[in-house]
Amino acid sequence: MTITRRSFIKSTAIAGAAGAVGFPHIWIKDSGLAWAAGNEIKVGVLFSLTGTTAVVEKSLHNATLMAIDEINKAGGINGMKITPVVEDPASDPATFADKANKLVLNDRCVSVFGSYTSASRKAVLPVFEKRKNLYWYPTLYEGRECSKDVMYTGAVPNQQQKDFIPWLVKNHGKKFYLIGSNYIYPKEENNVCKILLQQLGGEVVGEEYVPLGHSEFGSVLNKFRETKPDVIFSTVVGDSVIALHKQYKAAGFTPDKMPMASLTTSEVEIAAMGGEYAAGHYTSAPYFMSHQSPENQKFVENYQKRYGKDAVTHFVSEPAYFQIYLFRQAVEKLGKGDITPINIRDAAGGLEIMAPQGRVKVDPDNLHCYLWPKIAQAQADGQFKVIEQSAEWVKPEPYWAYPGQSCTKDGLKGA
Amino acid sequence: MDIVLGQLFTGLSIGSILLLVALGLAIIYGSMGVINLAHGEFVMLGAYSTWLLQSAFGLPFLACLVLVFFMVAFAGWVVERGVVRFLYYRPLDTILATWGIGIILQQAVRLSAGAELRYVQTPEALAGSIDLLGIAIPSYRLFILAVTAGLLLLTWFLVQHTEFGMKLRAVTQNREMASCYGINSSRVFSLTFAFGSGLAGLAGALVAPIKSVAPDMGTNFVVDAFMVVVVGGVGSLLGTVASSGILGGSTAGLAFLLNDTLAKALVFLAVVVLIRFRPRGLFVDRVRR
Repeated sequence: MTITRRSFIKSTAIAGAAGAVGFPHIWIKDSGLAWAAGNEIKVGVLFSLTGTTAVVEKSLHNATLMAIDEINKAGGINGMKITPVVEDPASDPATFADKANKLVLNDRCVSVFGSYTSASRKAVLPVFEKRKNLYWYPTLYEGRECSKDVMYTGAVPNQQQKDFIPWLVKNHGKKFYLIGSNYIYPKEENNVCKILLQQLGGEVVGEEYVPLGHSEFGSVLNKFRETKPDVIFSTVVGDSVIALHKQYKAAGFTPDKMPMASLTTSEVEIAAMGGEYAAGHYTSAPYFMSHQSPENQKFVENYQKRYGKDAVTHFVSEPAYFQIYLFRQAVEKLGKGDITPINIRDAAGGLEIMAPQGRVKVDPDNLHCYLWPKIAQAQADGQFKVIEQSAEWVKPEPYWAYPGQSCTKDGLKGA
Repeated sequence: MDIVLGQLFTGLSIGSILLLVALGLAIIYGSMGVINLAHGEFVMLGAYSTWLLQSAFGLPFLACLVLVFFMVAFAGWVVERGVVRFLYYRPLDTILATWGIGIILQQAVRLSAGAELRYVQTPEALAGSIDLLGIAIPSYRLFILAVTAGLLLLTWFLVQHTEFGMKLRAVTQNREMASCYGINSSRVFSLTFAFGSGLAGLAGALVAPIKSVAPDMGTNFVVDAFMVVVVGGVGSLLGTVASSGILGGSTAGLAFLLNDTLAKALVFLAVVVLIRFRPRGLFVDRVRR
């Protein structure tokens, strides 16, 4: 028999069909193969170790592995060890999706911890929704998302800004200049800022977005000079933060007259620019390395013991750390046979744990976390000094800026 | 009025940084015809060398500048001797080879110095700003402006008024003929490449205190540098100066009137249109090739 293309296709198809009948568990999802096989629970760790955002993501990767090690050393989860499967998505959203697929399908991870940028989260979202797996996302982000297959442990705009903007208006004035990098996050944050300012009778004297990686702020600084804002509200990210701070100081501006108020400047950026450029400016976030609590002391101590005395923890690496403990507590509630991504998600709803920032709770409806926003001022030594802490934890409202819309148990309502 | 003056200075300052970064490229591209895509990485090497000298050996900034020039020039010399000289008659392969070298350099720095952003201190004396005609001008930017002017003069002098420069011009005009007259053309090219690389390194050292130092910082610079050279006209020092000024000024102006994102796009658009009608740039040299 000669093999023509058509007969080849036909015979392969028949062989394939036979295979499907013969070995059903390959084809039918979730049957027979337990998620927690033997004495281990496999989880994926998906942070970029190379590429443009590797600097920050490496610290998230480190915090994640440290938490897993701590839990394993303390006996694991109900006697089972957590086995991390590490992949490097190389700061590329398409690779994120590929690696996510691999972790979920080949490695059969029961959850994946990963992503720093919104772009990479959006890229893996379809994978987790299609496979009914669970993704744990530690970054503060722009909100406006309501997936039932993602656990969001970072802050959303209402948590970072609700106390911050009134505080800035009260202490520094009503004229704001909004400057951000040109992508979705700064725009959504500025939407929230503008709504809050309107309620407070504030004024936006300028709103501007610079390209990602931008490092020339001469013209922007001249606009500050011309419009004389009381506060510069900055959602500039990455390298640009450093250039902006350095050029701001060189231009003769001082933070006591015109402070920069940021949602994105952390200990990492300050280490890269030098403390004297950051000193006096403000950041609002749920966590700062200098926060005083027994949990944080332990977190920072262990982190520096493991990764060197210069290593810094920051407001994204902290959620990357505590979300592993949330995961543990959720899995602990389940019998070995019941461990599935969906069950873990349902068990995590309403859970509370003591995180370095304070007691946090998973909102069972929108799967975001109740957090403790703080307002802090950068110091010349590279650390932040916490000036104000929210009196109570703040409920996550990912659709705060969109009246009538809300993220509920059954998905997005009112869109 | 203050704002106009301030904006003029900003334009001038952006132009001077562009010129600084493009100067080395203009020399290499203009005289050797080598499209050096690793140029941005030489800028990056300069920034990292400064960081190393400053943080590990505690050298003052000015001493760093001198050393960095020679360090990066040496790196350039090695690249020319090791790779580029085999490719003088294969311009397309040079592009690929130098691009590859750029990637290797970037990853080598990432592996050895780490991926995190590094920090280069501004010298104390230049950290503040001075009042000039009623506007506050950052002293460090003024310093960059002065150094760039100095380097430009030095380069011009080197090319026009030294024996080396004469040989370089001869080789540029006709390599075979120059060799027939006893000029060691491969030595001239090695030194030229080293000089151009050294200038790139110096540019990196100079911009490090006002920007961030990261392994991939070169990518943005190489694009800007090529834009300057292409607009100015290959092989014309005057063209490079003029186009840095024009591009710097228009970027600053548009960024002030509109915003930085649009400014960048509009300037690129203008360059595309210009190249369409003046494919050899604003200042065409009259060298026979």
